[in-house]
Amino acid sequence: MDMKEKSPMTPTTTVPQPELPPESTELHAPRIDVSAEAKIEEEQVLDPNREPKMRADGVDVFYGDKQALKGVSIKIYEDLVTAFIGPSGCGKSTFLRCLNRMNDTIPTARVTGKITLDNEDISSSAMDVVQLRARVGMVFQKPNPFPKSIFENVAYGPRIHGLSSSKADLANIVEKSLRRAGLWDEVKDRLEESGTALSGGQQQRLCIARAIAVDPEVILMDEPCSALDPIATAKIEELIHELRGRYSIAIVTHNMQQAARVSQRTAFFHLGELVEYGKTSEIFTNPRQQRTQDYITGRYG
Amino acid sequence: MSSTVPTRWTDAEMHKRVRRRYASERRFRALGFGAVSISVLFLAFLLYSMGAKGLGGFVQHQAALPIDFAKSSLFLDPTTLRGPDAAQTIAGADLETAISQAATAAYGPDATEMFGDAAVNVLTRKIVADPNILNGTPTLWLPVSSKVDVAAKHDADAKSEHLVNLLKSRNALRAGFNMEFLTQSDSTDPSAAGVWGALKGTFLTILVTIGLAFPVGVLAAVYLEEFAPRNRWTDAIEVSINNLAAVPSIIFGLLGLAVFLNVMNLPRSAPLVGGLTLALMTMPVIVIAGRNAIKTVPPSIRDAALGVGASKMQVVFHHVLPLALPGILTGTIIGMARALGETAPLLMIGMRAFIAAPPTGIAAPATVLPVQIFLWSDEVDRGFVEKTSAAIIVLLLFMLLMNGLAIYLRNRFERRW
Repeated sequence: MDMKEKSPMTPTTTVPQPELPPESTELHAPRIDVSAEAKIEEEQVLDPNREPKMRADGVDVFYGDKQALKGVSIKIYEDLVTAFIGPSGCGKSTFLRCLNRMNDTIPTARVTGKITLDNEDISSSAMDVVQLRARVGMVFQKPNPFPKSIFENVAYGPRIHGLSSSKADLANIVEKSLRRAGLWDEVKDRLEESGTALSGGQQQRLCIARAIAVDPEVILMDEPCSALDPIATAKIEELIHELRGRYSIAIVTHNMQQAARVSQRTAFFHLGELVEYGKTSEIFTNPRQQRTQDYITGRYG
Repeated sequence: MSSTVPTRWTDAEMHKRVRRRYASERRFRALGFGAVSISVLFLAFLLYSMGAKGLGGFVQHQAALPIDFAKSSLFLDPTTLRGPDAAQTIAGADLETAISQAATAAYGPDATEMFGDAAVNVLTRKIVADPNILNGTPTLWLPVSSKVDVAAKHDADAKSEHLVNLLKSRNALRAGFNMEFLTQSDSTDPSAAGVWGALKGTFLTILVTIGLAFPVGVLAAVYLEEFAPRNRWTDAIEVSINNLAAVPSIIFGLLGLAVFLNVMNLPRSAPLVGGLTLALMTMPVIVIAGRNAIKTVPPSIRDAALGVGASKMQVVFHHVLPLALPGILTGTIIGMARALGETAPLLMIGMRAFIAAPPTGIAAPATVLPVQIFLWSDEVDRGFVEKTSAAIIVLLLFMLLMNGLAIYLRNRFERRW
């Protein structure tokens, strides 16, 4: 993908079709489709004895007196993208933030239940929250690069965790992370420029590079494309495809087409409950619950 | 009722309503413009009156005085005046009488009080610089007394006016920049009085204030905003800090008197105690400004840092503080400007004493510019009037310098996101 990014103001209709890479036209297709490739991959992970990377068991979340999540149990597998969908306020972002204990930063939030990472309880005293967040990285809804140089943005994580042995090593990590985030070719000549000077889509890929620079095992994405234009969105989605083999990815999205395009597992949340969780292909083609059926056909949400 | 309200945009009633709306907008703009004009007018008046009165304070008249040292009552041997004790030896001699005699000899009996302490100071320095002048009958330019100086600048009593005319006719009077005013300290004789002691005292006091109030204030703000639990105690502390910022400054003076002087027995009139007292007064302002600046740092930056595994402490010191620094500095400038102009609390801890030498350290007796201005404004001698205004100009320049520095620092640390 070497085409120039358009500003978010550019309407999609004005994008000349020939400029789009072949799969991008597919990405904008209105119908919900599960690619054949995803189906093949799903066959590979059908092994019932497979250990989940992360497992949530009866997770409740309260904000003050209000219960935001009710007994959510879910398994997140390695090498798979798990999408959380549901209407606004259904608790999908809240649940995502439980997975790296970002809810700890909200004074009124209280989380009960058990969440494990490789069978280790993430809220136990043996699990350091700083290490947990290094192992379970996060990408936020609004691109939020630090107001520092592009290099410093990516180098920050490795630096505070002491992951590099020398300056050259650090530069190596930065280059590798930017390459994996598909941003290297665009920024390699201006690493000293401010990260905030990039376009929205580039900023979000910079944030992804920042997250993978600390070599996490899981990457959480909280509606990573909701502030981006369709072309930048397509790039991020393609990036998710590429990152899938290396990291477990959990993504919250409002966009059902996006969930269908990028994920192999989908969880549907409604009013703080996990209504249905299963293979993406089944959720979108043959949901078992009436509420799921209503949501994906656009009856509410 | 609804039937009487016109709803068509073309109605005459509707046009009237629109016109009324624009008229009220114009009225509001005129009021705002008036308010700004009044402030500009007052500022212009302040600057004019300051300049008109104060600039004269930087000018000092000098008169030519032929002195025949051989005839004078001085018993000074030029050969003994080489070395560090020279000034002390000269101070022992009665230069004042020698000058007075020489003046009478040159300009008649009216001239006995033509020169004051300033002339003695200048003559002392001239003799130290070149003891050989004691061997001849040199004509020296010496600063005149404040009475003659006032007469030369404005109207004064007949005797002084007569003397000034005589000097002018002999071409023995000239005006020059008053270096003495910037290099000397307080004196009972306005011709010899200067602001250097007060300026140095102010500098030392502010140094103590900023050295204490800035780190303590910023740390308190960071702790309250980022680490402290939200409960009844922190609420009480917050209310107390807000109230503390509004406490009249003289109360802080009483506190300083009670705690620093009476309990801790620190030296009276010292910049150390003045600085401590002003720090107490400035700290709440810095805490409040600091908390507000920290609050304006976008939460997304905190999330980003936490998301890559930064600890709370790293989030604060790597991201929040650098971004909040411009705001904190703005609050500090406001606090410091207030401390710089403060008189009342310093009077309580004894900084109103008459101190004729610049302070040698933060524990030595000193005064500060605002207090010096206050003291001079109380003086009867007319020579002090323009000194007072001149000292105000120096204080304003000092403030401008400090604010300029702070703005420069703020812009340097300013980062955008």
